[in-house]
Amino acid sequence: MSQNVLDDSRSVEATKKVIPKLIAIWIVTSLIGSLLVWFVLGPHLPPGTMTDQAAGAQFDIRFVSTLVPPVLFFIWIFFGYSLIKWRVKPGEDPLAPAADFRGNSKTQGAWYIITTVLVLFLAAFGTYFLVVPAGAGGGEGPNPIWTPGTKNMLQVQVIAQQWRFTYRWPQFGGMETTSIYLPVNTEIQFNVTSLDVIHDFWAYQLGVKADANPDVNNVAFTKTQQLGRFTVRCDELCGVWHGAMYNYGYVVSQAQFQQWATQMEAQNAAVTKLLPKYSTTYTPSYAGNGGGYYPPQDPNANL
Amino acid sequence: MAIDYSKATGTGSSSGAPGGGGGGLLKPSIITGIIGGVIGWLLGHWIGNSFTQGYQQVQGSGSNDIAEFLGYIGMIIGWFAGLGALSYPIKKMFGAEPETEEPVTEKGWTKYFRYTLDHKTVGVQYLFGMLIYFFTAGLLALAIRTELLSPTYHIWSPDTYIEIVGEHGTMMMMMMTSVVLGPFGNYVVPLMIGSKRVAFPRLEALSFWFTPISYFILLSGLWQGGFQSGWTGYAPLSVQQGVGQDTYILGFGLQGLSMVCASTNIVATIINYRAPGMSWSRLPVMGWSMLSLGFTMILSIPVLIDGLYVLALDRTAQTSLLYSGHGGSSFLWENLFWFFGHPEVYLLAIPGFGLVAEIIPVFARKPVFAYKTSAAGFIGLAILSFFVWQHHLFQSGMNPDMRPLFMLTTELISIPTGFIYLVGMGTLWRARIRLTTPMLFMLGVYFNFLFGGLTGVYVSDVPINVTVHGSFFVMAHFHYTIMGGVIFAFFGAIYYWTPLVTGYQLSEKLGKIHFWTMIVFFNSTFLPLFAVGLLGMPRRVFEYAHRLQFLNQWVSVSAYLLGASLLFFAVTFIWQIAVTRKPTVRNPWGSRSLEWFVESYPPPAYNFKRVPVVLSWPYEYGDPNALPVADIVNETKDLDPVGRA
Repeated sequence: MSQNVLDDSRSVEATKKVIPKLIAIWIVTSLIGSLLVWFVLGPHLPPGTMTDQAAGAQFDIRFVSTLVPPVLFFIWIFFGYSLIKWRVKPGEDPLAPAADFRGNSKTQGAWYIITTVLVLFLAAFGTYFLVVPAGAGGGEGPNPIWTPGTKNMLQVQVIAQQWRFTYRWPQFGGMETTSIYLPVNTEIQFNVTSLDVIHDFWAYQLGVKADANPDVNNVAFTKTQQLGRFTVRCDELCGVWHGAMYNYGYVVSQAQFQQWATQMEAQNAAVTKLLPKYSTTYTPSYAGNGGGYYPPQDPNANL
Repeated sequence: MAIDYSKATGTGSSSGAPGGGGGGLLKPSIITGIIGGVIGWLLGHWIGNSFTQGYQQVQGSGSNDIAEFLGYIGMIIGWFAGLGALSYPIKKMFGAEPETEEPVTEKGWTKYFRYTLDHKTVGVQYLFGMLIYFFTAGLLALAIRTELLSPTYHIWSPDTYIEIVGEHGTMMMMMMTSVVLGPFGNYVVPLMIGSKRVAFPRLEALSFWFTPISYFILLSGLWQGGFQSGWTGYAPLSVQQGVGQDTYILGFGLQGLSMVCASTNIVATIINYRAPGMSWSRLPVMGWSMLSLGFTMILSIPVLIDGLYVLALDRTAQTSLLYSGHGGSSFLWENLFWFFGHPEVYLLAIPGFGLVAEIIPVFARKPVFAYKTSAAGFIGLAILSFFVWQHHLFQSGMNPDMRPLFMLTTELISIPTGFIYLVGMGTLWRARIRLTTPMLFMLGVYFNFLFGGLTGVYVSDVPINVTVHGSFFVMAHFHYTIMGGVIFAFFGAIYYWTPLVTGYQLSEKLGKIHFWTMIVFFNSTFLPLFAVGLLGMPRRVFEYAHRLQFLNQWVSVSAYLLGASLLFFAVTFIWQIAVTRKPTVRNPWGSRSLEWFVESYPPPAYNFKRVPVVLSWPYEYGDPNALPVADIVNETKDLDPVGRA
C-alpha cells in the first residue's frame, strides 16, 4: 500500500464521509425521477389501453421505466462525483499514483447479489405478465399454451401476403375481407399466417404482434376494452413495399360489429364460394392441406 | 507456470513468403490481385453460364444464380492467387520447400498493399480497411435518414431504399466484428503479451485480405438489384430475391471466413505466445477480452456459414430447405441465423469493454478494479451469448414455452455486463483522473451503453417485446450498444495507440472537438428513436405516421451533424499523420503496458530485440515501488522512440 502518496481528498476517511451524502442525493433524485415517470409519463405510455393486453403492456413498460431513474442516477452520480472530485488539478503531478486497491470484496459481493436479485426479479415479473394475460398479445405459435379462460372467442384469421393483409372470418361463413372491425368487450383469437414470405401482424393499439409465417398458424389473443381506431403494420421486412404494408382497423360496439359482419357476409357471398375452404394455413403453390390458394392452372399446382 | 515458452520465444522467423519472384507491377500486390480477380470472375461466370444452359428454371428466371456464384468464387480464387497467397501452400502441397523471404522486414508504404505476414502491417491494413467500411456504411445510413425526412415524399424509390437499408446493416455488422480485433487485436495484443510474432501469420493475413473482396462483392449487389432482405436475410424472402441476394451470401460468408481465421490466430497467439512471466493472472484485460471474443467467434461463425450455405443451395440447386411449401422450414434460417447473430452482438460488445477496462486505469493511475471480475465478465458474456438467440423470435410463432427460458437467459446476461460497470466505477474511485481524448471516449462508452443496456431490459421482457419488437426502439437499442459502445471505444483506441502505431502524436484539441461533437450528435440522433419506436414506427419502412415527422427530421439533421463530426475526424486524422506529423514522445500516456516499451514507434520488425521477461502486473499504477512490467523497460525507457537527433 502506498497511503503516503495520497492527498487528503483521496484518503479512505475523506471518501467514507461523502458516501452517505451521495446516497442521500441518489435516493432523492431517484425518488423524484421514479415518481415523475410513474405518475406523469406513465398514463401516456404506449400502447394505450384499448385491450387488456395493451393495458398490460402499458403497465409493464410503466413499471420497468420506473426502475430506470434509480439505475441511471446511481451511475451518473457516481461517475459525476468521481470525475469532478478526482480529476487532476492544475499543478498536480498527473502521473503520480492514486489509491492502490484492486478490489473490495464487500462492494463486489453486494454488486453481484443486487444485480442477480434484480435480474431474477425482472425475469419473474416478465414471466408472470406473459402467462397471466394469455400470452400478452404475442404470437404463441400453432399450439398456444396460455389461453383465455373462455371458449367463446371471435376467430379472426389474418392472412399476410406481399404486400397487404386480408382477414377471414370462419364464424361468418369463411368470408374474406380487406378491412377489419372488432367488437368491443370481446375475447379475440387471431390466427396469423402468410401466403409467401414472413410478415408480421402488428396491431399497435391492440397490443398484438405475431409473425405471419407461410404454412404456420401463429395464434395471439386479445380482449378489446375500448372503442377506437387501431393501426395494423407489417413488422417483418417482407420486400419492396414493406413500408407501405399497413391499414387501419376499428373497435366498434357489438351491435355495429354484427351489422358490419352480416352485411359483409352477404356482400361477399359470391366471392366466398370461390375461396378455398377455410383452413389454418394455406400453401400457395401446391394443393396442400387447405387447398391451393391459386387456381389449378398454377404450373406448380401438382408438385 | 505450466506453459512451455520455448517455442514462443523463438527467433520469430517465419519461413516462406507469398510470391517472391518478379518485380515492379507484377510483384504480387493488390494490383495483381485485382487482375487475378477479374480473370477468375470471367472464367467462373462463363463456366456457370455454360453448364446451366439446359436448366429451364434458371433460363426463364432472368437471373442465373449459378453463374453468379461461380463468377464470384472464381474471382475470390483469382484474387488470392494474384495476391500471392496461394503460392506458399501450393508449393508445400507439392513437397517443394518454398523460397524463403522475410516479408516482415519490408520497408515503405507499398507493404500495406501486399499480402504480408507482419502482424503490425496487418493491423494497419485492418485499421484503414475498417474505416473505409465504416464510412461507406455510414454514408448509406445518411441516405436512409434522408429518405425519412418526410413521411410521404420519397427521395429513393422503394426498392433502392430497401437495398440501401440492407447494405448499411450488413456492411456495418460485418465490419463491427473485426473493428477491434482486426486493427488492435492484431497490432497491440502480441506486443502486450511480449511476443515477437503471432501464431499463424498466414491465417492473419488471409483474414484481412478476405475483407476487401467481401466489401466489393457486397457493394456490387447495389448494381445487381440489391437484396431486400436486410442484414437478417430471412427466408423465404431471401430465396425469392434476384442475384443481388447472392452478393449478401458471398460477402457475409467471406467475412465469416475472415473472422474464423482471425480468431483462430488470436486465440492461439494469446495461449501460446505469452512471454515468460506473462501468467494468466497478469494477462492484460484486453487479452482476456480478445480470448473470449476469439472463442465465441470460432464457435458461432461456422453456424452462419452453414446457414448461408443452406440459403445458397436453395437459391442455386433448387433445394427447399428453407421453404415450408416443399418440406423445409423458414424457422431453420431464423434459428441458424440468430444462433450466430446473437453471439455476434456480444462479439461487438466484448472488445469494446476490453478496450475500456484496458485504457481507463492508465488515466486513473490506479490498478484496474476487480480484474478477475472483468475477465469473468467477458467469459460470462461469451458463454451466455449462446443461450439467448431465440429472444429475437419471441413473436415468431416458435414453441411458446421457450419464451420464459430465453427471457431469463437474456436478463441473466445483464449480470456480466454489469461487471464492466463495476470495474469502471471501482477504477475511478479515489483515482487521479486525466480527461484526455482516449479517456473521454472510454467514459463515453459508459454513458452510451447505459441507455443501450437499460433498454435491453425492455426488449428482453416478452410482454414489452410485443410492443417494441421490430420497431425503431430496438434499432435505437442496438445502435446505443454497438455504435455507442464499440465504435466509441474504437475511436478512443485510435487516439490512444496512434503514437505507437505511427510515431506521431494526435492533437488533443482536435480530438476533443471530435469527441464532444460525436457524443452530442450521437445521442441527439438515437435518443429520440426510442420514442419513435414506442410510438409505433417499424424498422425498415419508407412511410410513417405524420405525427412522427418532427422527431424523424430531428433525427435526420442530427445524423448529418454526426456524419460531419466523423468527417472532421477523418480529415484531421489523415492530416495529422500525413502532413503535420508531430513526433510523439516515448510512452505519451504514461502507460505501464508492455507495448509502449518497444525500441521505436512504430515498433521494429519482430517487436523486441529479445523476448522480454514479464516481472509484474501491468496495472500497478497505485504502487510507486512496484517492479517495472518487464525487464526491457529500463533498457528502452530513455530511447527516443521516433529517432530524433
